Amino acid sequence: MNRIESTNDFVIRFANVNGSGSASANNLFAKAIFRLGIPVSPKNIFPSNIQGLATWYEVRVNDYGYLGRRGGVDFVVAVNNKTLWQDYDGLLPGGYFLYDSTKPLPDSFNRKDVITIGIPLTELCNKEFENPRLRQLLTNIIYVGALSSLFEMEFSILQESIEKQFKAKPKLAEPNIKALQLGFNYAEEHYKDVCGIRVRPSTKAHGQIMMDGNSATALGALYGGATVVGWYPITPSTSVIESFSKFATKYRKDVDGKIKAAIIQAEDELAAIGIVIGASWNGARAFTATSGPGLSLMNEFLGLAYFAEIPVVLVDVQRSGPSTGMPTRTQQSDMLSAAYASHGDTKNVLLIPCNPQECFQMTADAFDLADRLQTPIIVMSDLDLGMNDNMCPPLRWDDSREYDRGKVLTADQLEKLADKWGRYLDVDGDGICYRTYPGTHPTEGAYFTRGTSHDEYSAYTENSIVYEKNMHRLLLKWKTASKLLPGPRERNRDPDSKVGAIFYGTSSHSAYEALADLNKSGLPINSLRIRAFPFQADVEDFIDRHNLIFVIEQNRDGQMRTLLINELGTCTEKLVPIGNIDGMPITARYIKQEIKKVFQSRGILKTQAVKGGKK
Amino acid sequence: MSSSRPGFRHPDLAPNEAGYTIKDYEGGASTLCAGCGHDSISRAIVQAFFESNVPPHQVAKISGIGCSSKTPAYFLGKSHGFNSVHGRMPSIATGANMANKDLVYLGVSGDGDTASIGAGQFIHVIRRNLNMIYIIMNNGCYGLTKGQDSATADKGSISRKGAPNLLESIDLCEIAIQMGASFVARGFSGDKQQLIPLIKAAIRHKGTAVIDVISPCVTFNNTPQSTKSYQWVREHSEATGTFDFIPLQQEIVASYNPGEIAAITLHDGSIIHLHKTAEDFDITNRRKSLDALEEAREKHHILTGAIYVKPDGQDTHDLLSISDRKLNSLDKEDLCPGNSVLQDINDQYR
Ligand SMILES: Cc1ncc(C[n+]2csc(CCOP(=O)(O)OP(=O)(O)O)c2C)c(N)n1
Ligand code: SF4
Ligand SMILES: [Mg+2]
Repeated sequence: MNRIESTNDFVIRFANVNGSGSASANNLFAKAIFRLGIPVSPKNIFPSNIQGLATWYEVRVNDYGYLGRRGGVDFVVAVNNKTLWQDYDGLLPGGYFLYDSTKPLPDSFNRKDVITIGIPLTELCNKEFENPRLRQLLTNIIYVGALSSLFEMEFSILQESIEKQFKAKPKLAEPNIKALQLGFNYAEEHYKDVCGIRVRPSTKAHGQIMMDGNSATALGALYGGATVVGWYPITPSTSVIESFSKFATKYRKDVDGKIKAAIIQAEDELAAIGIVIGASWNGARAFTATSGPGLSLMNEFLGLAYFAEIPVVLVDVQRSGPSTGMPTRTQQSDMLSAAYASHGDTKNVLLIPCNPQECFQMTADAFDLADRLQTPIIVMSDLDLGMNDNMCPPLRWDDSREYDRGKVLTADQLEKLADKWGRYLDVDGDGICYRTYPGTHPTEGAYFTRGTSHDEYSAYTENSIVYEKNMHRLLLKWKTASKLLPGPRERNRDPDSKVGAIFYGTSSHSAYEALADLNKSGLPINSLRIRAFPFQADVEDFIDRHNLIFVIEQNRDGQMRTLLINELGTCTEKLVPIGNIDGMPITARYIKQEIKKVFQSRGILKTQAVKGGKK
Repeated sequence: MSSSRPGFRHPDLAPNEAGYTIKDYEGGASTLCAGCGHDSISRAIVQAFFESNVPPHQVAKISGIGCSSKTPAYFLGKSHGFNSVHGRMPSIATGANMANKDLVYLGVSGDGDTASIGAGQFIHVIRRNLNMIYIIMNNGCYGLTKGQDSATADKGSISRKGAPNLLESIDLCEIAIQMGASFVARGFSGDKQQLIPLIKAAIRHKGTAVIDVISPCVTFNNTPQSTKSYQWVREHSEATGTFDFIPLQQEIVASYNPGEIAAITLHDGSIIHLHKTAEDFDITNRRKSLDALEEAREKHHILTGAIYVKPDGQDTHDLLSISDRKLNSLDKEDLCPGNSVLQDINDQYR
C-alpha cells in the first residue's frame, strides 16, 4: 500500500459531535499550524442544531498558500461513533484513520488501503482526570497531542497556544497541557513513523492574520463610522452584529460610559432594514446584516431606499437554501436576488469580498459609497467566509482618510444657494442629487420623502414624463456607481489564451488553485475575479478577449453568469457555468474536473482519468 | 377629491412663543375626500404643534401608507417628512430617532397600517418605548384601497359595502397598554377640543405616546350602522376626563360645525353617554385603564381621552445606554479607533 506522504500539504478532517467542546481542540490544532508559519484554512461543517448532531472540521494545510478546499481527505480523526463508517469510507487511498480505540472497531472496517491509528482516548482521559465535565473536553485535547507526535509537529507550539488561551486562568491550562502530553506520549510509544504526513515550520504565513470574515466585517463597520444597527438574528450573519456590539462596547465608549452606537435587535428583518433607512435618512451611518431569508423580507424596503435614494449598508452573509434548507451550509446563491432586490426597476450595488481583509475594507467603503450614491450597497459575504477563520494579510486603516458623507447640504450652504434647491435635481450631471438632514435649517431644505411620485423639487406628482426622466437619472447614477466601485482582479497566465475563467468571493481560492494546476499541465486559463456589481468596462473587455469562459460559483443556476449575460449581453454559449451546490465550500479538484470535462467534450483535451476522489 | 382646507382660518397671525405663526405649521392642500376625518386630525396637529411652540424644523413626520399616511404632506410643511411603506412607519421612526434624539418624532398611521400589516412593528416600537408620538387615524376600514373592513372594525359594524364585519376587532389602546406603552389616549377627529390637548400632552411625553383617533371615512365607512361613523361615535363616546399636565385642560365640550354630516351636539346626556369617569379612575394604573376600556366596550361605548399614562419611563436611548450626543453628529474622531488600535486588534488574530 502507498501511504500518503507529504510535508505541509494535506487535508485533515475532525469528525465530532456538536456541542462536545471539540471546537476549541480543533481550533488549537489549526492555530498551531498557523503559528508554525504554514498557511492553513479550517472549515467548520456543522448542522443547524445546538447539541448532539455530527459536525466536521476540515483543515487544509498548504505551504503554497492555497486556501480553498482541495477535495479529498488524507487524515481523519474520527471521534463521532455515528459517522464512523462515513468517515472511514470517505478517506482517500493511503490515508489515515485515527479513532478512539477504547472500544474496538467493528470487523467491517477492513479497508486494505488505509492506515488505522487507534488511540484509547476515553480510557486515557478517564484514568487521568476525575472531573466529568472536563473529561469530554480533554478527550479532544488528547488527540491533538497525538497528532503532534504523528506529524512530528513542534510540541511546544501547542503548549504555548494553550498557555495563551488560558492566560487569565492558568489553573485550566494545566490539565489541558497534561492531556496534550498523554496523547503525544501514547502516539510516540505506539505509532512512531506510522504516518507519512509531516508538519515543518515555514515562513509562508508570517505576518498574516487568521480571522473570521464576520469579525472583519464588524470592524469595517466600526471603522467606517456606523452608529445605528438594526438586525434580526440569523445564521450565518449573527456574529457580524455580535462582533460589532463587542467592538462598540470596547472602542465606542463615551466619556460617561454610554455607547456611541445604537444596536437595535428588531422584531424581524423588515424592521431591521427600516431602522437602517430611518437612521440614514436622518444622517447617521447605519447598517444591517442578514442572510437569504432576511434579504427576501427586506425586499420592499430596499426598493423604497433605491427610489427615495436613501443610503443603506446591508451585509448579506449567504447560506444555502430556504429557512428549512441547510442554513448552516455555504452558498453564493443570493447574487441575483440581491442585485435585483425589490419591485419595479431596481438594481443594487454589490461588493463581493473574498477574504477578511476585503470584508473589512469593503464594509468600511460601503458606508462612503452608500452616502455618495444615496442607494443600498450590499456586501455579499457567505457562510464560509463569514464564520470560518480565514488567513489573510493584516487589516490596515489609513488614518488620513475622511468619511465621504456625499452630497449633503448644511444650513450655511442652503442659505448661500444661488438657485432653488431640489432634492431630486441633478445639478452635477452625475445622477446624484443633494440632500438635507431633518432639522438642518428653520426655513430651508425641508422636503417630503416618498418613492417616485415626486418631481425634482420633491413635490407630489404622478406625471409620466417626470417619472421617466427620474428613472433615467437613476440609470445615470448607476453608471456613476460603476466608476466608484472596486475593479476586478485579472490574472493573465497566457496573453494568447482564448480561455478564461470568471469567479468571485469564496470561489476564488479554489479556482486559483485549480487554474494553477491546469497551467502546470499546459492548459493556461486567464482569470478575472469580480469584486463589484455593476460591472466595469474591464469585465466586458475580459469577456471580449476570450472565446470560452468558465464562470465558477457556488449556486445551481449560474447566477453571476446570468447577471453577466443580462447586463453585458454576452452570448450565452461563451459562458460555461461551473456550479457547486452541495453546501460545502467548492473544491479545487471539482473545478479542475469540470473544466477538463468541458475540454474533453470540445476535443481540447484527450480523455484522461482524474484521480483523487470526487470533490 | 378636493381640497378641504378652508380659505380663512387665521384672523390674526400672532406668533407663538417660539416666534412662529400658525401658517408655519401648515402643509400643502389636502387631496383627501371632503369631510374625511383625517383632515380634522391634520388641523388638530397643526394647532397642537403651534400651541406647543415646537419649531417646525425640529419635527420629523413619518408615516406608512394609506389615506391617513398621506396627511403628513398636509401639515407641518417646514418639517422633513417621510411617507414610507405600508405598516413600517415605526421602524423608520426608530432608526430616525436613534440617529438624532433631539427632534420630535411624529408618526402617523392608519388602522390598516397599524392593526394589520404593521401590527408587529406597532407593538415592538411600544416595547422599545421609542420617544415618539404615534397617531393612528382609525376609520375601521382601508380607505385608500376602497373600503375593505380593517382589523379595528367592530364585530357587526356595517360599512358601505353592506355586509356586517364578522371578525373580532382589535382595540389598539388595549394592546398599547399591554405592550407597556407609557402614554395611551383615544380621540375623535370630530372633537378637536379634546384632541388638541391630547396631542400637546403627547408632544411633551417622553416615550411612545399612542393616540388612537377615531376618524370617520366619509366615503366608505360612515353609514349609521358603522361603529366608526360620525354619528355612532358622537352617540357612544365616553370620556375618561382630563389629566393634569395638559395645559389646555378644560371641560370637554365638543362643538360641531352644523354644516358637517351629522349636526349632533355633544353633552346630550340621554343619548351621548358622555360623562366624566368615576372618581376612582386612575390613569396611571395599567389594570384600571384596561378595565375601563373593557367596561366601555361591554356597554358599546367608546372611551376617549387620556387612558393610561406612565410619566417617567425610560426610552430606547436610556434602555440601551446610548450616548447623549446626537449619533448623526459624530465624526471620524468620535467613531474611528484608528490604525494603531487596529494593529493591536490584528495581534489578537495571530
Ligand atoms: C405591501 C402593501 N400591501 C398593500 C398595499 C395597498 N394598500 C395601500 S393603503 C392600504 C390600506 C390602508 O388602510 P389604512 O392604514 O387604514 O389607511 P386609510 O386609507 O384607511 O387611512 C393598502 C392595503 C400597499 N401599499 N403595500
Ligand atoms: S377614502 Fe375615506 S379615508 Fe380616504 S380620504 Fe376618502 S374619506 Fe378619507
Ligand atoms: Mg383606515
